Amino acid sequence: MSQGASSQKERPLSPHLLVYKPQMTSMLSILHRATGTALAVGMLMVAWWLVAAATSEEAYNVAREFAAGPIGLVLIFGWSVALFYHLSNGIRHLFWDLGYLFKIENAYKAGYFVLFMTVLLTGVTWFAAYNQAGENTLVTNAVEEGEAE
Amino acid sequence: MKLKWDSEGIKSPLARARGLGSAHEGADHWMKQRITAIANIPLVIWFVFSVVSLRGASHAEFTQWLAQPVNAVLAILFIVSTFSHAVLGARVVVEDYIHNEWFKVFKLIGIKLFFVALGVACVFSILKIAL
Repeated sequence: MSQGASSQKERPLSPHLLVYKPQMTSMLSILHRATGTALAVGMLMVAWWLVAAATSEEAYNVAREFAAGPIGLVLIFGWSVALFYHLSNGIRHLFWDLGYLFKIENAYKAGYFVLFMTVLLTGVTWFAAYNQAGENTLVTNAVEEGEAE
Repeated sequence: MKLKWDSEGIKSPLARARGLGSAHEGADHWMKQRITAIANIPLVIWFVFSVVSLRGASHAEFTQWLAQPVNAVLAILFIVSTFSHAVLGARVVVEDYIHNEWFKVFKLIGIKLFFVALGVACVFSILKIAL
């Protein structure tokens, strides 16, 4: 807006973001936005999945094959990491909103806990996904109930 | 709760009573972001649990699962809550990082319309399968 007038004078600038030494707290902060943006884009895949299922079995199978393929798996894995980070760090943000964890030391501790929870939740989820040995309780229940009707 | 700018300051009594601040919308955006965030916590946990359980499900298995009222309702709540949260969050990111006024307005409107359209498509798909 005021570029014309102000840029001609060599006014002192406030320290630019890039000259700051990266801190754990600031890195987690920008990561919260990055993962949030990635998750919003990732919702496209959820939308594709739902719309395909409502369209036809063929469309659903295309989406399912993409999700099970190498590109799909990498995307879903990245999406799950982003999701668990954004979830954990979002709860950290809610604690701040309530007035907790403001001491620098506690902000750092909570930050490391968020990273720990991200790894833990991602690990547990993918372990669960690959250790069901085909036993799929939700699906079999749904099918049984569907057949019973 | 008493805030430090309540008793004294340059605000007129009317402006203080309205409490809407310079953007004229008060804490509306902030509060919606938090409410959808809190709603997202259980919904996302349910979603992840469901996706893991439905891994490799056939079309028949998936549609039968989604046709159950509990799953259909939770799926609609999940879509509405996460999409609202995404629109609110994307707005802040665009406002902070895009400085060209035309492009900013274009992106803000575009994001909102896009997610509303996508959300309606998702909810309609869920209802079509469930009903």
